[in-house]
Amino acid sequence: MRPTLVNNLRVLVPVKRTIDYAVKIRVASDGKGVDTNVKHAMNPFDEIAVEEAVRLREKHKDAITKITAVSAGPAKTADVLRTALAMGADDAIHVEIPDNSLGGPLEPLGVSKILKAVIDKENEKEEIGLIIMGKQAIDDDASQTGQMLAAILDWPQATFASKMEFKGKLEKGEKVQVTREVDGGLAVVETSLPFVLTTDLRLNEPRYASLPNIMKAKKKPFQKLTLKDLGLEDAAKPRLETIKVQEPPKREGGAKVESVDELVSKLKEAGRI
Amino acid sequence: MLARPLTAGLRAGIPSIASATLKQSSTRTFATSRSLLAQTLLVLEHKKGTIAAGSLVAATAASKIGGDVDALIVGNSDLDPAVEAATKISGLKKVHVAKDAKYDHLFAEPLAPLIKSVVEKGNYTHVFAGHSAIGRDVMARASALLDVSQISDIIAVESEDTFQRPIYAGNALLTVKSNDKVKVITVRGTAFEKAATDGGNGEKAEVAAVDGSAPTSFIEEKINQSSRPDLATAPRVVSGGRALKSGENFVTYIEPLADALKAAVGASRAAVDAGYADNALQVGQTGKIIAPELYVAVGISGAIQHLAGMKDSKTIVAINKDADAPIFQIADLGLVADLYDAVPELTEKVK
Repeated sequence: MRPTLVNNLRVLVPVKRTIDYAVKIRVASDGKGVDTNVKHAMNPFDEIAVEEAVRLREKHKDAITKITAVSAGPAKTADVLRTALAMGADDAIHVEIPDNSLGGPLEPLGVSKILKAVIDKENEKEEIGLIIMGKQAIDDDASQTGQMLAAILDWPQATFASKMEFKGKLEKGEKVQVTREVDGGLAVVETSLPFVLTTDLRLNEPRYASLPNIMKAKKKPFQKLTLKDLGLEDAAKPRLETIKVQEPPKREGGAKVESVDELVSKLKEAGRI
Repeated sequence: MLARPLTAGLRAGIPSIASATLKQSSTRTFATSRSLLAQTLLVLEHKKGTIAAGSLVAATAASKIGGDVDALIVGNSDLDPAVEAATKISGLKKVHVAKDAKYDHLFAEPLAPLIKSVVEKGNYTHVFAGHSAIGRDVMARASALLDVSQISDIIAVESEDTFQRPIYAGNALLTVKSNDKVKVITVRGTAFEKAATDGGNGEKAEVAAVDGSAPTSFIEEKINQSSRPDLATAPRVVSGGRALKSGENFVTYIEPLADALKAAVGASRAAVDAGYADNALQVGQTGKIIAPELYVAVGISGAIQHLAGMKDSKTIVAINKDADAPIFQIADLGLVADLYDAVPELTEKVK
């Protein structure tokens, strides 16, 4: 690993293509997943991660040498990487994994290993000193990948962040204060570069990609890799087996009441007040 | 391992705290010879000497595996009263205690390697914790160190290797089987009853701190102070949405109704984002997931992300001006009315 140049920071932003958050999910007829033939988009927490990286550069100008977006998944995953480029990322890396080639869905543990391998490879060109990623994907709702990646890199982690403030220059060993959303309120912690930050909703409001920027994004460097390139054909295989996917028990909507009096008496009847 | 099967067998045959308190169906058909070898480690979260409610829920889920359940508790300041409380949790056999300044605040970087070490030394087959902010932060890191896939936010234990969890904001339920040597699991805080905090007699065992760095330091905490019940565990919750229009209206309309009902106050994401209510009050996929006896949704339309946080409530009341609001499709009792008239009237009549 080359040492990072003084006050030069390369940021990696992992993003995931998920079913659009506004789509109403339907369980697939085979009971093994959900109907994925619907609108997809970038995972909302990852949009916040891209935005945070771009804002960091806007604030610290030349201190950020490069923002690299990375994603693993089937061919269509390239779409969300294009979105990241249009939002301000400089280059993209797509680890292409054909549908059904792993025998099951890619899991956070596999993703963290893929990201580690990508980082090792990229470090030969220019070292990555900060990773900003979403706190969870809205499809599997696992909330694991950032922590797992931090573990295998042996980096500190600052999860569920709603604010990030650098105390000094953006370079290795420099302190950063992160406000984290915890149960019951907020906690402010201090850690140092390099580290993994995972974004909570209130970190920022992501920008929309403008049309000129979408056009420009098409010309930005776009690297394609396979699991074979990374030597991870087996390491990315799932450890969990899907037994079934089912609809949650349907909640029976009850009656409407006409007045507050009726509401109060029904609640009393039910023993709720 | 050899000393275990006898007690484990006894425990598997006797209705333990699990079958006494479990809310899910009581079909424990999985107490087979394999589960006799199950050895579960429960990672406890505590604050100011009290064990977190989510850890007690995880204790119940852990007890459904069969086999012994031991706990791990770490910290520094306020650790001793928490250890005393831990030994009294019903059903625990042993409580591993690691006291060291680096474990204060339960940061993931020093705690994850300790969990790995305890799991490996004790040949644990399962590791459980609550799916809280701390549980999510720590367990995934420990899981990667153990090189196993974590199963997050489970709502049911089907067998010792098969678990059910919600995906897509609770719009689908996934049953998943783990083929890993160690099953690392976080438990949804509303999915099981809390284990009893008395009657236990866990044996204390000291664990040495594991070498390694503690790169994150604590600066300060901003915890919301409130005299109302805690949102996550309150039996009644009154939540306000965007229709409240301002933070003042939250204080004028929602809080008095909550006080009259002795309820906690919640909010939709729209209300939080608009600044009407604090972040910590948000109910939904990205906030708290709750299941109170009574949930009163005031001026909340019922977006799927919000429903993901409250649809397991026993009774849902919706007060909304818009008769077509999706919240009415799941509400047990719906009142189509202007909240500015209906809420003060309801507050009066509840008093």
